[in-house]
Amino acid sequence: MDTYYDPEDLLKFAEMGEDGPELWKKFNEWYGEVFKAGALSEREKALMGLAVAHGVQCAYCIDAFTKSSLENGADAAQMTEAVHVAAAVKGGSALVHGVQMKKIAKKMGL
Amino acid sequence: MAKHGRYLLRDSRFKPFEDTLEEYGLSPIVASSVNTLQINMGAACNMSCAHCHVEADPVGPDGPDKDEQMGRDVLEQSLRVIDTFKIRTVDITGGAPEMNPNYRWFLKECSAQGLCIITRTNLSVLLEDGYEDMAAFFAARKVEVVASLPYYTSTVTDRVRGAGAFDRSIKALKLLNDLGYGKPGTGLSLSLLYNPAGAYVSPSQGAIEADFRRRLKEDYDIYFTNLFTLINMPVGRFFTFLERSGNLEQYINRLIDSFNPEAASNAMCKDLISVGWDGTLYDCDFNQMMFLKCAVEYPTIWDFDLKALEGRRIVVGLHCYACMAGAGSSCGGETSKKN
Repeated sequence: MDTYYDPEDLLKFAEMGEDGPELWKKFNEWYGEVFKAGALSEREKALMGLAVAHGVQCAYCIDAFTKSSLENGADAAQMTEAVHVAAAVKGGSALVHGVQMKKIAKKMGL
Repeated sequence: MAKHGRYLLRDSRFKPFEDTLEEYGLSPIVASSVNTLQINMGAACNMSCAHCHVEADPVGPDGPDKDEQMGRDVLEQSLRVIDTFKIRTVDITGGAPEMNPNYRWFLKECSAQGLCIITRTNLSVLLEDGYEDMAAFFAARKVEVVASLPYYTSTVTDRVRGAGAFDRSIKALKLLNDLGYGKPGTGLSLSLLYNPAGAYVSPSQGAIEADFRRRLKEDYDIYFTNLFTLINMPVGRFFTFLERSGNLEQYINRLIDSFNPEAASNAMCKDLISVGWDGTLYDCDFNQMMFLKCAVEYPTIWDFDLKALEGRRIVVGLHCYACMAGAGSSCGGETSKKN
């Protein structure tokens, strides 16, 4: 194995069903339903998926949701804003934990 | 059109289209009627778009396509066929068909026959010298205008159609709107044609139409009647892009994975005949660019045999996956409710 991430591996995702077909079937049915238009449009969901993909830094998901966003009519400006949302939440998440740092430091201080 | 014809009909890397049809019990696709005569007046164009399956581009008097403009003889025979066989719709395309010297004459004749006339325009040609009155010419004859506009922003549109294309398109759309096109109650239909700006399939027609409507109204106060989505055909310049960019395999496989049998049942080739510049008959404009003639004994406008054409077997290949993917794709947009 040269690398943990190989684009070809995304195409092997269905192999996850080989040793657990029932769970795989349920996952697929649920996954398919999640991304259908409902209270949110398919494009909004694709852009949310793109943002989450960046938040969890999953290369497979970034590949899949970049394509899905384009196929749902998003342009580069919308996709970039979605990534900024992920970055802002991740940045804010780090920063807000500074409150813990301050609380602990205050408790330990004279 | 000697310079054209980049495509894949069959390739060992991909599941043959014929096998997929067999699998769904849809083979062969057989034409049912001829309701529309689609006339490609030639590849001359004032633009050179990155996705063009015709590989149309600006030509000078000595350009490679100068002899490949549909002549008066082919158009006169097309009118005779339309009249004889009571074909009600004529769909005019190119290139930029407006640049054919016989274009205005032909539209007048079609109008005199009371036909439903659809003309496909790249919009920017309506601003060129000598064509400024073309939009009014359309309006006077209630010609249905189908206008290419890949996206509602200049960044994406210019990437597909060349620098400045979006601004010129907006000017031309305003010109058409000012004449009443795209506005309710005028009887002047203005449809926009969306195509993806890369190696991916189209969004749902309803969803992207709503975006276009909102953005064009808010940003430019532009109105239109309908929006049709088209999936880029792996033929001509778009095929070259797919190969050069390393996207060919994933794109064709995406089309294959999205095969929709309902779209196959509603394919546009079942009730349309495409006429080439020299009078040769094809199942569609894409087959025309691939030199795949109708499967009848004499596929020319001079030997137009309605009975034979109505029952003809459609000539298919890998490219046909593009018309059958997702909600389907045709010159009139989606062909299926199912995705």
